Amino acid sequence: MTSEIAVSAEGLVKHFGEVKALDGIDLTVRKGQVVGLLGPNGAGKTTTVRILSTLLQPTAGTATVAGFDVVKQPDEVRRAIGLTGQYAAVDEYLTGRENLRMFGDLYHLAPKYVKERSAELLEWFDLTDAADRPAKTYSGGMRRRLDLAASLVASPSILFLDEPTTGLDPRSRLGLWGVIENLVQEGTTVLLTTQYLEEADQLAEDIVVIDHGKVIAHGTSEQLKDQIGGDRVEVTVLDPDAVGRAADALRSVGNGDPLVEDLRVSAPVSGGSTVLVDAIRALDAQGVAVSDLQLRRPTLDDVFMSLTGHVAEEESA
Amino acid sequence: MSTLTAGVPVAMKRPIYGWTIHDGLVVARRNLIQTVRVPELLFFSLVQPVIFVLLFAYVFGGAIPVPGDSDPNAYRQYLMPGIFGQTVAFAAASSTVGLAEDMHKGLIDRFRALPMAPPAVLIGRTLADAARQILVLFVLTITGFLVGWRIDNGLLNAIYAYALLLLFAYTVAWIGAWIGLYMPNPETANTAGLVWLFPMTFLSNAFVPLASLPTWLQYIAAWNPISALVLATRELFGNPTGMANDQYWPLQHPQLYTIASCVALIAIFSTLSVRRYRRTTSR
Repeated sequence: MTSEIAVSAEGLVKHFGEVKALDGIDLTVRKGQVVGLLGPNGAGKTTTVRILSTLLQPTAGTATVAGFDVVKQPDEVRRAIGLTGQYAAVDEYLTGRENLRMFGDLYHLAPKYVKERSAELLEWFDLTDAADRPAKTYSGGMRRRLDLAASLVASPSILFLDEPTTGLDPRSRLGLWGVIENLVQEGTTVLLTTQYLEEADQLAEDIVVIDHGKVIAHGTSEQLKDQIGGDRVEVTVLDPDAVGRAADALRSVGNGDPLVEDLRVSAPVSGGSTVLVDAIRALDAQGVAVSDLQLRRPTLDDVFMSLTGHVAEEESA
Repeated sequence: MSTLTAGVPVAMKRPIYGWTIHDGLVVARRNLIQTVRVPELLFFSLVQPVIFVLLFAYVFGGAIPVPGDSDPNAYRQYLMPGIFGQTVAFAAASSTVGLAEDMHKGLIDRFRALPMAPPAVLIGRTLADAARQILVLFVLTITGFLVGWRIDNGLLNAIYAYALLLLFAYTVAWIGAWIGLYMPNPETANTAGLVWLFPMTFLSNAFVPLASLPTWLQYIAAWNPISALVLATRELFGNPTGMANDQYWPLQHPQLYTIASCVALIAIFSTLSVRRYRRTTSR
């Protein structure tokens, strides 16, 4: 069983002076799995990743990565992991190729292998044309790609990605998501932190929500959404006088009390999109004129809001 | 699409000098590439000692007599080893600034997450800063020849003198590196990296004969390793030494004292730096 576990943390606590950055984090990542660590700024995501990648010592608790203890066997852990942090950790005066060569040399890989591997990675990350230019001439997206390439030089089996797309434009973000998805398909285990709910939803099978240094929820995106309730039919009426009749109509097709906010009426439903047809018929029967009608699945935003009482992008004190 | 994770990485054979030196050399190569990529910085780091040569040779030169030498050109012969010593001492400042910059960049996190030898970042920094001094010494030598300085004691002795200068450059680079690790930011490092170097280089025989100093200062200056270095190189280059006082042990054995103090200082400051580096980077 243990060989199936790539990353495991138990009761991780980290204090910076008076500040409790982590207050007992438990975490398990199985081999080949993508786990998203989701939380607002200051929740403890980066601290967790820094402990798991041996950059910080925990105040209390234990963690193993690739079967090695992060405190007692840091070198073994370092050999097994790749790390991409929030800021592109490449040398800006070195070219892309020189950066990869340096990291390959520091991983103690054979020079010939490093050369081939670098060329392969540069090609893969669409950096071949820029390979012999200093990295400071790169765009933000190119630097992130080079950074990710640098963490892959030694083909790590476990990859830590700390907010890999923060600050990137939407196109670069989509590109990086594609790369990460490919890595996962080839069997890499990924622990990803993000404050973008969309990103966790897109990439991670398993999501761990943390806030104030504690795990506050854990599950697949679907499970988390189910936790705060399933689908809702939401209708916006044209005439304020029709709100009552719309509520009656939705009560007849839904399985709970409708909620009224101004011109918008919503009710929990089950049965997927066929419910919409029933709702239209019921509204029509009541003679309600509708400006908008939709079946709404809860988003991770709703999950986050209901779990923490604040939205995800908000700075937490 | 080629595979990204397939293929087992091929490990390198352990070099005979060990991984710590290997990793240090890899980081040193990176630092030297940086030097080449910012030629402006290299240019101005060469201009400064050249200006010192010209200032001392033409502005102060006439006012500073060299004891035991009536030749009007004697001061320039006397001066050049002093400028060499001062210049290599200032290599420490670039270690301070360079390391302070390294420590505040995201790159240091990647270095630390690699299975590399922890002191490699420091070894790479100090080696590169000392290696850069080879070029600086070359330019200074040319400038010296232009103002009338001569090597007058054979090539082997001259090579020995340059080797002592580089050893000293490597020594002060470690002191500079240690200071750099305490700097809250690169801007502070820019100032702090220099302040101690002015008294250290001027409280010596680099520019004026020791006899011209008050007795208590003579004592400090005589035990200042720069004085021994400068005296040793003056002897090895066959330049006037300006020595009237040989009552101080370091100046009776300038080569021995230079090498011994360099070895001791490297041992002390590399130990302190590695300890400090580990502490700052693993809270």
